[in-house]
Amino acid sequence: MKNHQYVTRSTAIAARALGDETMVMSATNSTLFTLDEVASVIWEAADGVTPLEEIVVNKICAQYDIAPGTALQDAQTLVEQLAGHGILLLSDQPLVPSSVSRKEAR
Amino acid sequence: MSGLVVEMAAKALKLNIPLSVQLDLTYRCNERCIHCYLDHDDHGEMTTAEIKHLLDQMADAGVFYLTISGGEIMMRRDFFDILEHARARLFCVKLKTNGVLIREKEARRLRELGVESIQISIYSHRAEVHDAITKLPGSLRQSIEAVRLLRSQGLLVRLANVLMVQNATDYRGVQALAAELDAKFTIDPTITPMMDGDRSILSLNVDQAALQNVFRDQALVGNVEEFCAPPPGVDEDALDMLPCSAGHTACYVSPYGDVYPCVQFPLPSGNVRRTKFVDIWRDSPQLKEVRSITLRDMPSCSQCTHGATCTRCPGLAYLEGNMRGPSSQDCEKSYARTGIPSENYKARHSSPESFSSPKLVQIQGLQPAEHALAAHVVSGGASA
Repeated sequence: MKNHQYVTRSTAIAARALGDETMVMSATNSTLFTLDEVASVIWEAADGVTPLEEIVVNKICAQYDIAPGTALQDAQTLVEQLAGHGILLLSDQPLVPSSVSRKEAR
Repeated sequence: MSGLVVEMAAKALKLNIPLSVQLDLTYRCNERCIHCYLDHDDHGEMTTAEIKHLLDQMADAGVFYLTISGGEIMMRRDFFDILEHARARLFCVKLKTNGVLIREKEARRLRELGVESIQISIYSHRAEVHDAITKLPGSLRQSIEAVRLLRSQGLLVRLANVLMVQNATDYRGVQALAAELDAKFTIDPTITPMMDGDRSILSLNVDQAALQNVFRDQALVGNVEEFCAPPPGVDEDALDMLPCSAGHTACYVSPYGDVYPCVQFPLPSGNVRRTKFVDIWRDSPQLKEVRSITLRDMPSCSQCTHGATCTRCPGLAYLEGNMRGPSSQDCEKSYARTGIPSENYKARHSSPESFSSPKLVQIQGLQPAEHALAAHVVSGGASA
Protein backbone atom coordinates (compact mmCIF):
# COMPACT_ATOMS: atom_id res chain seq x y z
CA MET A 1 0.00 0.00 0.00
CA LYS A 2 1.32 3.40 -1.00
CA ASN A 3 2.20 5.75 1.84
CA HIS A 4 0.52 9.14 2.04
CA GLN A 5 2.62 12.27 1.94
CA TYR A 6 1.83 15.10 4.35
CA VAL A 7 2.99 18.68 4.00
CA THR A 8 3.04 21.63 6.36
CA ARG A 9 4.57 25.05 6.22
CA SER A 10 7.72 25.84 8.14
CA THR A 11 7.35 28.50 10.82
CA ALA A 12 10.79 29.86 9.87
CA ILE A 13 9.38 31.82 6.99
CA ALA A 14 7.64 35.06 6.16
CA ALA A 15 4.71 34.81 3.79
CA ARG A 16 1.90 36.87 2.36
CA ALA A 17 -0.59 36.59 -0.48
CA LEU A 18 -0.11 39.12 -3.25
CA GLY A 19 -3.09 38.88 -5.58
CA ASP A 20 -3.28 35.27 -6.72
CA GLU A 21 0.38 34.64 -5.89
CA THR A 22 2.13 34.10 -2.57
CA MET A 23 5.41 35.66 -1.48
CA VAL A 24 7.49 33.43 0.76
CA MET A 25 10.81 34.33 2.34
CA SER A 26 13.02 31.87 4.15
CA ALA A 27 13.96 33.29 7.55
CA THR A 28 17.16 31.28 7.56
CA ASN A 29 18.76 32.81 4.47
CA SER A 30 16.34 35.54 3.30
CA THR A 31 15.78 33.82 -0.04
CA LEU A 32 12.58 35.08 -1.60
CA PHE A 33 10.17 32.89 -3.56
CA THR A 34 6.89 33.58 -5.27
CA LEU A 35 4.36 30.82 -5.64
CA ASP A 36 2.01 30.98 -8.59
CA GLU A 37 -1.73 30.53 -8.31
CA VAL A 38 -1.72 26.72 -8.28
CA ALA A 39 1.28 26.43 -5.96
CA SER A 40 -0.45 28.93 -3.67
CA VAL A 41 -3.46 26.62 -3.42
CA ILE A 42 -1.21 23.78 -2.24
CA TRP A 43 0.62 26.14 0.13
CA GLU A 44 -2.65 27.28 1.62
CA ALA A 45 -3.88 23.72 2.08
CA ALA A 46 -0.62 22.40 3.59
CA ASP A 47 -1.96 21.82 7.09
CA GLY A 48 0.15 18.78 7.94
CA VAL A 49 -2.84 16.48 8.33
CA THR A 50 -4.39 16.39 4.85
CA PRO A 51 -2.54 13.99 2.52
CA LEU A 52 -1.03 15.66 -0.54
CA GLU A 53 -3.03 13.51 -2.92
CA GLU A 54 -6.25 14.62 -1.20
CA ILE A 55 -5.18 18.25 -1.57
CA VAL A 56 -4.48 17.66 -5.25
CA VAL A 57 -7.84 15.97 -5.87
CA ASN A 58 -9.97 18.37 -3.81
CA LYS A 59 -8.19 21.66 -4.38
CA ILE A 60 -6.37 21.34 -7.71
CA CYS A 61 -8.29 18.93 -9.90
CA ALA A 62 -11.61 20.33 -8.71
CA GLN A 63 -10.56 23.81 -9.75
CA TYR A 64 -8.27 23.33 -12.73
CA ASP A 65 -8.55 21.18 -15.85
CA ILE A 66 -5.74 18.72 -15.17
CA ALA A 67 -5.52 14.94 -14.85
CA PRO A 68 -5.07 13.72 -11.23
CA GLY A 69 -1.94 11.71 -12.02
CA THR A 70 -0.21 14.63 -13.74
CA ALA A 71 -1.32 17.04 -11.03
CA LEU A 72 -0.03 14.80 -8.24
CA GLN A 73 3.32 14.34 -9.98
CA ASP A 74 3.66 18.12 -10.43
CA ALA A 75 2.62 18.68 -6.84
CA GLN A 76 5.17 16.19 -5.54
CA THR A 77 7.92 17.90 -7.52
CA LEU A 78 6.84 21.27 -6.17
CA VAL A 79 6.66 20.28 -2.49
CA GLU A 80 10.02 18.51 -2.72
CA GLN A 81 11.58 21.66 -4.17
CA LEU A 82 10.05 23.83 -1.46
CA ALA A 83 11.09 21.33 1.22
CA GLY A 84 14.61 21.50 -0.18
CA HIS A 85 14.61 25.20 0.60
CA GLY A 86 13.24 24.56 4.08
CA ILE A 87 9.97 26.41 3.61
CA LEU A 88 7.76 23.30 3.60
CA LEU A 89 8.08 20.21 5.76
CA LEU A 90 7.30 16.74 4.37
CA SER A 91 6.46 13.54 6.19
CA ASP A 92 4.83 10.19 5.59
CA GLN A 93 3.03 10.70 8.89
CA PRO A 94 0.61 13.52 9.78
CA LEU A 95 2.53 16.51 11.08
CA VAL A 96 1.58 18.45 14.18
CA PRO A 97 -0.16 21.61 12.94
CA SER A 98 1.95 24.69 13.38
CA SER A 99 0.87 27.29 15.91
CA VAL A 100 0.35 29.65 13.02
CA SER A 101 -3.18 29.49 11.71
CA ARG A 102 -3.77 28.49 8.13
CA LYS A 103 -5.17 31.84 7.14
CA GLU A 104 -2.06 33.76 8.11
CA ALA A 105 -0.57 33.90 4.66
CA ARG A 106 -3.74 35.16 3.02
CA MET B 1 17.01 45.16 -5.64
CA SER B 2 16.51 41.76 -7.20
CA GLY B 3 14.19 41.32 -10.15
CA LEU B 4 11.74 39.41 -8.00
CA VAL B 5 11.54 42.19 -5.44
CA VAL B 6 10.97 44.77 -8.18
CA GLU B 7 8.27 42.55 -9.67
CA MET B 8 6.55 42.20 -6.31
CA ALA B 9 6.66 45.95 -5.72
CA ALA B 10 5.16 46.59 -9.14
CA LYS B 11 2.36 44.13 -8.45
CA ALA B 12 1.69 45.64 -5.02
CA LEU B 13 1.51 49.09 -6.62
CA LYS B 14 -0.98 47.84 -9.19
CA LEU B 15 -3.12 46.16 -6.51
CA ASN B 16 -2.80 49.11 -4.08
CA ILE B 17 -1.28 46.91 -1.38
CA PRO B 18 0.89 48.37 1.40
CA LEU B 19 3.81 46.01 0.93
CA SER B 20 6.04 47.70 3.53
CA VAL B 21 5.26 49.41 6.80
CA GLN B 22 7.56 50.96 9.35
CA LEU B 23 6.02 50.78 12.80
CA ASP B 24 7.67 52.78 15.55
CA LEU B 25 6.84 51.19 18.91
CA THR B 26 8.06 54.11 20.99
CA TYR B 27 9.89 57.40 20.73
CA ARG B 28 11.52 56.78 24.12
CA CYS B 29 15.23 56.07 23.87
CA ASN B 30 18.22 55.34 26.06
CA GLU B 31 20.43 57.46 23.80
CA ARG B 32 20.10 61.17 23.10
CA CYS B 33 21.59 61.47 19.64
CA ILE B 34 22.33 65.04 18.70
CA HIS B 35 20.78 64.65 15.22
CA CYS B 36 17.62 62.76 16.23
CA TYR B 37 14.38 63.97 14.63
CA LEU B 38 12.17 62.74 17.49
CA ASP B 39 11.22 63.97 20.91
CA HIS B 40 11.60 61.22 23.48
CA ASP B 41 8.56 61.70 25.66
CA ASP B 42 5.68 59.25 25.78
CA HIS B 43 2.57 61.05 24.51
CA GLY B 44 0.37 57.96 24.89
CA GLU B 45 1.87 55.00 23.08
CA MET B 46 -0.37 52.25 21.76
CA THR B 47 -0.86 49.43 24.23
CA THR B 48 0.27 45.86 23.58
CA ALA B 49 -3.29 44.90 22.64
CA GLU B 50 -3.64 47.86 20.28
CA ILE B 51 -0.39 47.00 18.53
CA LYS B 52 -1.33 43.33 18.17
CA HIS B 53 -4.69 44.34 16.74
CA LEU B 54 -2.90 46.67 14.32
CA LEU B 55 -0.53 43.87 13.27
CA ASP B 56 -3.55 41.66 12.54
CA GLN B 57 -5.05 44.41 10.41
CA MET B 58 -1.79 44.98 8.57
CA ALA B 59 -1.39 41.28 7.83
CA ASP B 60 -4.92 41.18 6.44
CA ALA B 61 -4.16 44.27 4.33
CA GLY B 62 -1.21 42.47 2.73
CA VAL B 63 1.77 44.02 4.52
CA PHE B 64 4.80 41.77 4.03
CA TYR B 65 7.85 43.80 5.10
CA LEU B 66 7.49 45.11 8.64
CA THR B 67 10.23 47.36 9.97
CA ILE B 68 9.98 47.74 13.73
CA SER B 69 11.78 50.83 14.92
CA GLY B 70 11.70 53.70 17.40
CA GLY B 71 13.04 55.34 19.59
CA GLU B 72 14.72 52.33 21.04
CA ILE B 73 12.47 49.33 20.48
CA MET B 74 13.71 47.51 23.58
CA MET B 75 12.54 50.32 25.82
CA ARG B 76 9.15 48.61 25.44
CA ARG B 77 8.88 45.85 28.01
CA ASP B 78 6.44 44.07 25.72
CA PHE B 79 8.82 44.14 22.76
CA PHE B 80 9.25 40.38 22.48
CA ASP B 81 5.52 39.82 22.99
CA ILE B 82 4.87 42.15 20.04
CA LEU B 83 7.62 40.58 17.93
CA GLU B 84 6.30 37.10 18.63
CA HIS B 85 2.86 38.17 17.44
CA ALA B 86 4.34 39.77 14.32
CA ARG B 87 6.20 36.59 13.43
CA ALA B 88 3.13 34.45 14.10
CA ARG B 89 1.41 36.61 11.48
CA LEU B 90 4.30 35.79 9.14
CA PHE B 91 5.66 39.29 8.57
CA CYS B 92 9.17 39.62 7.20
CA VAL B 93 10.48 41.56 10.21
CA LYS B 94 13.40 43.97 10.11
CA LEU B 95 14.49 45.67 13.32
CA LYS B 96 16.20 49.01 13.94
CA THR B 97 17.89 49.37 17.31
CA ASN B 98 21.00 50.77 18.95
CA GLY B 99 21.64 47.32 20.45
CA VAL B 100 22.56 48.66 23.87
CA LEU B 101 20.00 46.44 25.63
CA ILE B 102 20.80 43.28 23.65
CA ARG B 103 22.47 40.51 25.65
CA GLU B 104 22.90 36.84 24.81
CA LYS B 105 19.35 35.98 25.87
CA GLU B 106 17.85 38.67 23.63
CA ALA B 107 20.08 37.71 20.69
CA ARG B 108 19.03 34.07 21.01
CA ARG B 109 15.35 35.01 21.17
CA LEU B 110 15.67 37.16 18.05
CA ARG B 111 17.16 34.21 16.21
CA GLU B 112 14.42 31.88 17.45
CA LEU B 113 11.77 34.30 16.22
CA GLY B 114 13.33 34.46 12.77
CA VAL B 115 13.79 38.19 12.20
CA GLU B 116 15.11 38.98 8.73
CA SER B 117 17.71 41.55 9.76
CA ILE B 118 18.74 43.94 12.50
CA GLN B 119 20.05 47.41 11.75
CA ILE B 120 22.25 48.99 14.39
CA SER B 121 23.31 52.64 14.30
CA ILE B 122 27.06 53.13 14.50
CA TYR B 123 28.30 56.70 14.03
CA SER B 124 32.01 56.11 14.31
CA HIS B 125 34.58 53.42 15.01
CA ARG B 126 35.99 55.79 17.64
CA ALA B 127 34.21 55.70 21.00
CA GLU B 128 34.91 59.37 21.71
CA VAL B 129 33.05 60.34 18.51
CA HIS B 130 30.21 57.78 18.65
CA ASP B 131 29.49 58.33 22.35
CA ALA B 132 29.58 62.12 21.92
CA ILE B 133 26.87 61.80 19.25
CA THR B 134 24.68 59.40 21.27
CA LYS B 135 25.43 61.20 24.55
CA LEU B 136 25.59 57.77 26.20
CA PRO B 137 29.02 56.87 27.56
CA GLY B 138 30.02 53.32 26.62
CA SER B 139 27.40 53.08 23.89
CA LEU B 140 29.82 52.16 21.09
CA ARG B 141 31.22 49.29 23.13
CA GLN B 142 27.71 48.06 23.96
CA SER B 143 26.46 48.37 20.38
CA ILE B 144 29.48 46.47 19.05
CA GLU B 145 28.95 43.76 21.64
CA ALA B 146 25.34 43.45 20.47
CA VAL B 147 26.51 43.05 16.87
CA ARG B 148 28.87 40.25 17.94
CA LEU B 149 26.10 38.47 19.87
CA LEU B 150 23.66 38.76 17.00
CA ARG B 151 26.20 37.56 14.46
CA SER B 152 27.07 34.61 16.70
CA GLN B 153 23.42 33.62 16.36
CA GLY B 154 23.76 33.79 12.58
CA LEU B 155 21.54 36.85 12.28
CA LEU B 156 21.97 39.35 9.46
CA VAL B 157 23.20 42.64 10.93
CA ARG B 158 23.57 45.95 9.16
CA LEU B 159 25.59 48.85 10.55
CA ALA B 160 23.88 52.13 9.67
CA ASN B 161 26.23 55.07 9.53
CA VAL B 162 24.50 58.47 9.50
CA LEU B 163 26.95 61.13 8.45
CA MET B 164 27.09 64.55 10.03
CA VAL B 165 29.69 67.21 10.70
CA GLN B 166 30.94 65.38 13.80
CA ASN B 167 31.78 62.10 12.02
CA ALA B 168 32.19 63.14 8.40
CA THR B 169 35.54 61.43 7.96
CA ASP B 170 34.83 58.27 9.99
CA TYR B 171 32.72 56.29 7.56
CA ARG B 172 35.68 54.29 6.27
CA GLY B 173 36.43 53.24 9.85
CA VAL B 174 32.83 52.14 10.35
CA GLN B 175 32.90 50.29 7.05
CA ALA B 176 36.05 48.46 8.18
CA LEU B 177 34.40 47.70 11.51
CA ALA B 178 31.42 46.21 9.67
CA ALA B 179 33.76 43.98 7.67
CA GLU B 180 35.52 42.89 10.87
CA LEU B 181 32.17 42.04 12.49
CA ASP B 182 30.91 40.30 9.32
CA ALA B 183 28.05 42.77 9.15
CA LYS B 184 26.59 44.74 6.24
CA PHE B 185 27.19 48.47 6.00
CA THR B 186 24.97 51.33 4.88
CA ILE B 187 25.64 55.03 4.90
CA ASP B 188 23.18 57.92 4.95
CA PRO B 189 24.54 61.43 4.44
CA THR B 190 21.27 63.22 5.25
CA ILE B 191 20.19 64.77 8.52
CA THR B 192 16.46 65.45 8.34
CA PRO B 193 14.35 68.05 10.16
CA MET B 194 12.63 67.01 13.37
CA MET B 195 9.14 65.60 12.94
CA ASP B 196 7.70 68.71 14.57
CA GLY B 197 9.23 70.79 11.79
CA ASP B 198 12.19 72.15 13.81
CA ARG B 199 15.02 72.57 11.30
CA SER B 200 17.79 73.54 13.71
CA ILE B 201 19.49 70.14 13.47
CA LEU B 202 20.00 70.62 9.73
CA SER B 203 23.14 72.56 10.65
CA LEU B 204 24.70 69.16 11.41
CA ASN B 205 24.56 68.16 7.73
CA VAL B 206 27.93 67.61 6.07
CA ASP B 207 29.06 70.17 3.49
CA GLN B 208 29.44 69.83 -0.29
CA ALA B 209 33.08 68.74 -0.06
CA ALA B 210 32.25 65.89 2.31
CA LEU B 211 29.32 64.81 0.13
CA GLN B 212 31.58 64.81 -2.92
CA ASN B 213 34.06 62.58 -1.10
CA VAL B 214 31.32 60.10 -0.26
CA PHE B 215 29.89 60.05 -3.79
CA ARG B 216 33.33 59.52 -5.30
CA ASP B 217 34.34 56.69 -2.99
CA GLN B 218 34.43 53.52 -5.05
CA ALA B 219 34.10 51.37 -1.93
CA LEU B 220 30.70 52.95 -1.33
CA VAL B 221 29.20 53.59 -4.75
CA GLY B 222 30.90 51.06 -7.00
CA ASN B 223 31.42 52.51 -10.46
CA VAL B 224 32.12 56.19 -9.68
CA GLU B 225 31.95 57.31 -13.30
CA GLU B 226 28.53 55.77 -13.70
CA PHE B 227 27.27 56.93 -10.29
CA CYS B 228 28.37 60.51 -10.88
CA ALA B 229 27.41 60.68 -14.55
CA PRO B 230 25.61 63.82 -15.76
CA PRO B 231 21.82 63.41 -15.68
CA PRO B 232 20.17 62.44 -18.97
CA GLY B 233 17.43 65.06 -18.65
CA VAL B 234 13.69 64.58 -18.47
CA ASP B 235 11.72 62.93 -21.25
CA GLU B 236 7.99 62.22 -21.61
CA ASP B 237 8.25 58.84 -19.86
CA ALA B 238 10.10 60.34 -16.94
CA LEU B 239 7.33 62.89 -16.42
CA ASP B 240 4.99 60.05 -15.43
CA MET B 241 7.41 58.71 -12.83
CA LEU B 242 6.27 58.31 -9.25
CA PRO B 243 8.51 59.98 -6.66
CA CYS B 244 9.08 57.00 -4.33
CA SER B 245 7.22 54.23 -2.55
CA ALA B 246 5.90 56.49 0.25
CA GLY B 247 2.12 56.26 0.23
CA HIS B 248 2.21 54.03 -2.86
CA THR B 249 3.37 50.68 -1.44
CA ALA B 250 4.71 51.85 1.90
CA CYS B 251 3.68 53.85 4.91
CA TYR B 252 4.63 54.63 8.49
CA VAL B 253 2.73 54.22 11.76
CA SER B 254 3.83 56.17 14.84
CA PRO B 255 3.70 54.87 18.44
CA TYR B 256 0.45 56.83 18.82
CA GLY B 257 -1.24 55.17 15.86
CA ASP B 258 -0.80 58.05 13.44
CA VAL B 259 -0.36 56.98 9.84
CA TYR B 260 1.97 58.93 7.55
CA PRO B 261 3.20 58.19 4.02
CA CYS B 262 6.70 57.64 5.45
CA VAL B 263 8.67 58.28 8.62
CA GLN B 264 10.32 61.18 6.76
CA PHE B 265 7.00 62.44 5.40
CA PRO B 266 4.94 63.58 8.42
CA LEU B 267 1.70 64.29 6.57
CA PRO B 268 -1.04 63.17 9.00
CA SER B 269 -3.19 60.71 7.06
CA GLY B 270 -5.29 59.00 9.75
CA ASN B 271 -5.07 57.25 13.09
CA VAL B 272 -5.54 53.52 13.61
CA ARG B 273 -7.15 54.14 16.99
CA ARG B 274 -10.11 55.64 15.18
CA THR B 275 -10.06 54.13 11.70
CA LYS B 276 -9.14 50.69 10.39
CA PHE B 277 -5.67 50.54 8.92
CA VAL B 278 -6.91 49.32 5.54
CA ASP B 279 -9.51 52.09 5.34
CA ILE B 280 -6.83 54.70 5.98
CA TRP B 281 -4.62 53.08 3.38
CA ARG B 282 -7.34 52.99 0.73
CA ASP B 283 -9.40 56.08 1.49
CA SER B 284 -7.25 58.70 3.20
CA PRO B 285 -7.49 61.92 1.13
CA GLN B 286 -3.90 62.69 2.10
CA LEU B 287 -2.54 59.38 0.83
CA LYS B 288 -4.65 59.72 -2.31
CA GLU B 289 -3.14 63.14 -2.91
CA VAL B 290 0.38 61.77 -2.43
CA ARG B 291 -0.40 58.98 -4.92
CA SER B 292 -1.67 61.44 -7.49
CA ILE B 293 1.66 63.26 -7.81
CA THR B 294 4.03 62.46 -10.66
CA LEU B 295 7.10 64.33 -11.80
CA ARG B 296 4.84 66.13 -14.29
CA ASP B 297 3.04 67.78 -11.35
CA MET B 298 6.22 69.26 -9.88
CA PRO B 299 6.70 72.71 -11.41
CA SER B 300 10.39 73.04 -10.57
CA CYS B 301 11.61 69.44 -10.69
CA SER B 302 9.89 68.64 -14.00
CA GLN B 303 11.96 71.42 -15.59
CA CYS B 304 15.19 70.32 -13.90
CA THR B 305 17.85 68.31 -15.70
CA HIS B 306 18.08 66.08 -12.60
CA GLY B 307 14.33 65.37 -12.61
CA ALA B 308 14.55 61.76 -13.78
CA THR B 309 17.53 60.68 -11.66
CA CYS B 310 17.27 62.81 -8.53
CA THR B 311 16.84 61.09 -5.16
CA ARG B 312 14.26 63.76 -4.28
CA CYS B 313 12.47 62.91 -1.05
CA PRO B 314 8.84 64.08 -1.17
CA GLY B 315 8.78 64.11 2.64
CA LEU B 316 11.67 66.53 2.82
CA ALA B 317 9.96 68.62 0.14
CA TYR B 318 6.82 68.60 2.29
CA LEU B 319 8.86 69.71 5.28
CA GLU B 320 10.10 72.61 3.15
CA GLY B 321 6.48 73.59 2.64
CA ASN B 322 5.40 71.96 -0.62
CA MET B 323 5.16 68.25 -1.37
CA ARG B 324 5.25 69.11 -5.08
CA GLY B 325 8.33 71.23 -4.64
CA PRO B 326 12.00 70.37 -4.59
CA SER B 327 13.86 68.92 -1.64
CA SER B 328 16.82 71.24 -1.26
CA GLN B 329 18.88 68.62 0.54
CA ASP B 330 18.52 66.33 -2.45
CA CYS B 331 19.40 69.21 -4.78
CA GLU B 332 22.61 69.53 -2.77
CA LYS B 333 23.28 65.83 -3.22
CA SER B 334 22.58 65.91 -6.97
CA TYR B 335 25.04 68.78 -7.28
CA ALA B 336 27.68 67.00 -5.17
CA ARG B 337 27.24 63.84 -7.21
CA THR B 338 27.34 65.31 -10.71
CA GLY B 339 28.72 68.85 -10.38
CA ILE B 340 25.65 70.11 -12.20
CA PRO B 341 23.34 72.39 -10.18
CA SER B 342 19.61 71.75 -10.11
CA GLU B 343 17.14 74.48 -11.01
CA ASN B 344 16.30 74.92 -7.34
CA TYR B 345 19.98 74.95 -6.37
CA LYS B 346 20.69 77.72 -8.88
CA ALA B 347 17.71 79.75 -7.66
CA ARG B 348 18.64 79.34 -4.01
CA HIS B 349 22.22 80.33 -4.58
CA SER B 350 21.45 83.26 -6.87
CA SER B 351 18.98 84.82 -4.47
CA PRO B 352 19.46 83.31 -1.01
CA GLU B 353 17.46 86.05 0.74
CA SER B 354 14.21 84.77 -0.78
CA PHE B 355 14.88 81.31 0.66
CA SER B 356 15.33 82.24 4.29
CA SER B 357 14.51 79.69 6.95
CA PRO B 358 10.84 78.87 6.74
CA LYS B 359 8.72 79.70 9.73
CA LEU B 360 6.81 76.98 11.51
CA VAL B 361 3.06 76.88 11.29
CA GLN B 362 1.26 74.37 13.43
CA ILE B 363 -1.54 72.44 11.80
CA GLN B 364 -4.27 70.36 13.39
CA GLY B 365 -3.19 66.88 14.39
CA LEU B 366 -5.54 63.99 13.67
CA GLN B 367 -5.38 62.30 17.03
CA PRO B 368 -7.40 63.08 20.18
CA ALA B 369 -5.92 65.73 22.43
CA GLU B 370 -4.61 63.25 24.99
CA HIS B 371 -2.52 61.62 22.29
CA ALA B 372 -1.65 64.76 20.44
CA LEU B 373 1.70 64.81 18.77
CA ALA B 374 2.05 68.33 17.52
CA ALA B 375 2.15 68.21 13.76
CA HIS B 376 3.90 71.07 12.12
CA VAL B 377 4.53 72.01 8.57
CA VAL B 378 6.70 74.73 7.27
CA SER B 379 5.47 77.49 5.09
CA GLY B 380 6.94 80.50 3.43
CA GLY B 381 10.07 78.62 2.42
CA ALA B 382 11.34 77.50 -0.90
CA SER B 383 8.59 77.41 -3.44
CA ALA B 384 8.44 75.27 -6.49
